[in-house]
Amino acid sequence: MVDITITVNGAEHSLSVPDNTLLSDLLRDTLQLTGTHIGCDTSQCGSCTVDLNGRAVKSCTLLAAQANEGSVTTIEGIGTPDDLHPMQEAFRTNHALQCGFCTPGMIMTAIGMINEAAEPLTAEQIRAGLEGNYCRCTGYQNIVNAVLAAQSQLRSA
Amino acid sequence: MATNTGIGASVLRKEDARFITGTGRYTDDINLLGQVHCVFVRSPHARAIIKSVDISDAERAVGVLAVFTGEDLRSDGIGDLPCGWLVKSKDGSDMVAPSHPAIATEFVNYVGDIYAMVVADSIEAAKNGAELVEADFEILAPVVDVATATKADQIHANVPHNQCYDWELGDSAATAAAFANAAHVTSLDIVNNRLIPNAIEPRAALGSYDPASGTYTLYATSQNPHLERLILAAFVNVAPEAKLHVISPDVGGGFGSKIFVYAEETAVIWATAKVGRPIKWRADRIESFQADAHGRDHVTHAELALSESGKFLGLKVKTIANMGAYLSTFASSIPTYLYGTLLSGQYKTPAIHVEVQSVFTNTAPVDAYRGAGRPEATYVVERLVETAARELGVEPAELRRKNFIQPNDFPYATPVALTYDTGDYEASLDRALSLADYAGFAQRRDASEANGQKRGIGFSCYIEACGLAPSQVALSLGAGVGLFESAEVRVDVTGSVTVMTGTHSHGQGHETTFAQVVADKLGIPFENVTVVHGDTSKSDYGLGTYGSRSLVVGGSAIAKATEKIIAKATKIAAHMLNSTAEQVSFEDGMFKIPDSNESLSFGEVAFSAYVPGNFPIEELEPGLSEKAFYDPANFTYPAGTHICEVEIDPGTGTTKIMSFVAVDDFGNVINPMIVEGQVHGGITQGIGQALLEHGVYDTDGQLLSGSYMDYTMPRADDVPEFTVATTVTPCTHNPLGAKGCGEAGAIGATAAVMNAITDALGVKEVPMPATAERVWRAISGG
Repeated sequence: MVDITITVNGAEHSLSVPDNTLLSDLLRDTLQLTGTHIGCDTSQCGSCTVDLNGRAVKSCTLLAAQANEGSVTTIEGIGTPDDLHPMQEAFRTNHALQCGFCTPGMIMTAIGMINEAAEPLTAEQIRAGLEGNYCRCTGYQNIVNAVLAAQSQLRSA
Repeated sequence: MATNTGIGASVLRKEDARFITGTGRYTDDINLLGQVHCVFVRSPHARAIIKSVDISDAERAVGVLAVFTGEDLRSDGIGDLPCGWLVKSKDGSDMVAPSHPAIATEFVNYVGDIYAMVVADSIEAAKNGAELVEADFEILAPVVDVATATKADQIHANVPHNQCYDWELGDSAATAAAFANAAHVTSLDIVNNRLIPNAIEPRAALGSYDPASGTYTLYATSQNPHLERLILAAFVNVAPEAKLHVISPDVGGGFGSKIFVYAEETAVIWATAKVGRPIKWRADRIESFQADAHGRDHVTHAELALSESGKFLGLKVKTIANMGAYLSTFASSIPTYLYGTLLSGQYKTPAIHVEVQSVFTNTAPVDAYRGAGRPEATYVVERLVETAARELGVEPAELRRKNFIQPNDFPYATPVALTYDTGDYEASLDRALSLADYAGFAQRRDASEANGQKRGIGFSCYIEACGLAPSQVALSLGAGVGLFESAEVRVDVTGSVTVMTGTHSHGQGHETTFAQVVADKLGIPFENVTVVHGDTSKSDYGLGTYGSRSLVVGGSAIAKATEKIIAKATKIAAHMLNSTAEQVSFEDGMFKIPDSNESLSFGEVAFSAYVPGNFPIEELEPGLSEKAFYDPANFTYPAGTHICEVEIDPGTGTTKIMSFVAVDDFGNVINPMIVEGQVHGGITQGIGQALLEHGVYDTDGQLLSGSYMDYTMPRADDVPEFTVATTVTPCTHNPLGAKGCGEAGAIGATAAVMNAITDALGVKEVPMPATAERVWRAISGG
């Protein structure tokens, strides 16, 4: 067992977890934050993407212990139905989701991408930036449109 | 007339609020008190005799609660997994189906076939226990190659030549005569590559049992919970239907792969009562690759006979279809009723004959995957037509135009058993030619050539049969169930409305589209309509979602139930207005008497139905809730033209899609935004088949493309921006005039891409997927 202190969506948790606990399992099973999804277990689908200390990471490929002393933001922590994050709002208004399973990971990846970009991203750069996230429903076009729309709002904010 | 939320409006989706905030509720998000976990022990061999399975070490492992083998299920009376569609061979004999136990007892027949189940108090303990299950296998030579399967070792004792059936459709003599008179014959040998569906949510099941009532509850990733319940009750004998409650909560994509009743949920729901604890299973991705039903996998020889003037005279098709190791739930119907019947395409081909031999191999079962039979048919027809145009030196668009069924030909009976109700194929073609700037293509090709690149353009004028299906037609063709759909429209006391449907939404946006239909018809706010689906205890028996049937069949049932609501409410309003039903009109949510100022809102009438003071109580029952079961009169026939333009780098063989245009006729459209999204997703899967995706087994029957490292699905930078438009000829036989849009992209796109690639390269055929290596070899002759 390993003792960790982790801040998730602004709340601090001190926990003792088995050494091999994945961050994704800590979020889903221990903290019941099931918005973070597991689509492949092997770091290729991106459904499990969360923000760790300001960077988008795949939570199925990190041990919970690696997030010790860290701050994690999940899809549940960025907005609510009444007060959506601009990226959530853009996904809704651009019909950038269908079944919704990849959506939390897509949104967290997109937010990370915009935050890290020095200059506004082009559609082509956004497509490249989404390479780590699979969507089987949308064909990506509306996701790209959503990220472009959110980007203009986030950069002007 | 479209309001901002009514029929025809691009209303933002109701379901999005939960999905974008992480509050969706997928099967694996649900946890029950006392829940334990299970892991399935899967065969590493493609074909082997199970000589013994020793579970004793596994049973003693820390945390393990139970280990089950196939013998445990069999001795408890659990039946085999059935195939729901009986197809007959051309000699009149029934298809031959091997026994398909949920957990194998005597043989394993593909890599991933289950031979034991370990239940433990954690996933980790279950996995550790699974490691300790010792099976003694006698390995047999597997049958992997579909083309030679009938000559290979016999896999199943009751299936000679590994042949499920040898089916035919059409007039072979008339077709032979057409070929005898042909001025030109175009022939093609094509392989429709095996695809692995890969919904991003892995399949999952959570079963529980209440011994006090004897009721089982199964949460499952199912596209059709009622069918799941029916099969588990009536065929597998888990429990009587009334004691089995199936819930499909939010489901993360299906594409066909979640239609079927699988071994895993069968074992989970059975074992939950044995163990006395709720049991959860979630596939890891490798299990999804190994054990979700795969799609396509045809080997085909096809010939098109043409007259001197380029009229199609006849079409001959011979296909070998891979069923995999066992017959999945709908498998037998896919390469027959959803394939052979579509070979007329958009054309007046007078004589068609198709033969389909379905065979078993030691690979995962093959069943419906988005489009299911219709992409394979489109691929045959549209590759042939394009090839014929090139061989004859005529414009591909013009050859198609010359052979199109014309608007005044409808209803049009094809030589392969369907009657198309309506369409305007030239309208879609013309619109697509314009959007693709076909006139400017020669110039663009020259420019590419000047840059050392090869440019090509390809067409696909597809048709599909959707809205499965008229029940009596389906039953006469061997279906085990009717294919109507159910609906209930329940008006609340205050005038809000709850709609129950037997269809299931796993990305399609039914909660929005169906609400638009009801809100539009009742003239009430869209926000006041809630759609409920995916729970056998809430909706009447319905058949679920596949075959682009939900709006055209399920939506029609909802429209019918809504009409019943209006009819009853009109009678109530007439009483309240001291008038007669004939005198009362209903428009925009108001009941009115013409030439009078007297009116009532829908809400006022609803209130009176439940608080029946001023109510015709002697004539009508109180309340305002109506049901409908809609059985379609015919299939619907969405059709359209896709045009793809590619540029190929001859140095690397890399194909880049420069533009993709889709013009589709879906009949009346309820929500254009949702329809466009469906088309985008379908095209992407079609492009995936053409360029990237391939389920590959080696000669030992090992799945080489068994993970996301090996199986290439389209990522965001693999696909272009699409240009999508619609033309409209309303369906003539359902109340909404809708045809269905869910599969069109995947049906039309593949042939357009491959026609573009073969055009660019000037070759007859490149096998799918047209990877850079294959394209480079086609260029360099290697």
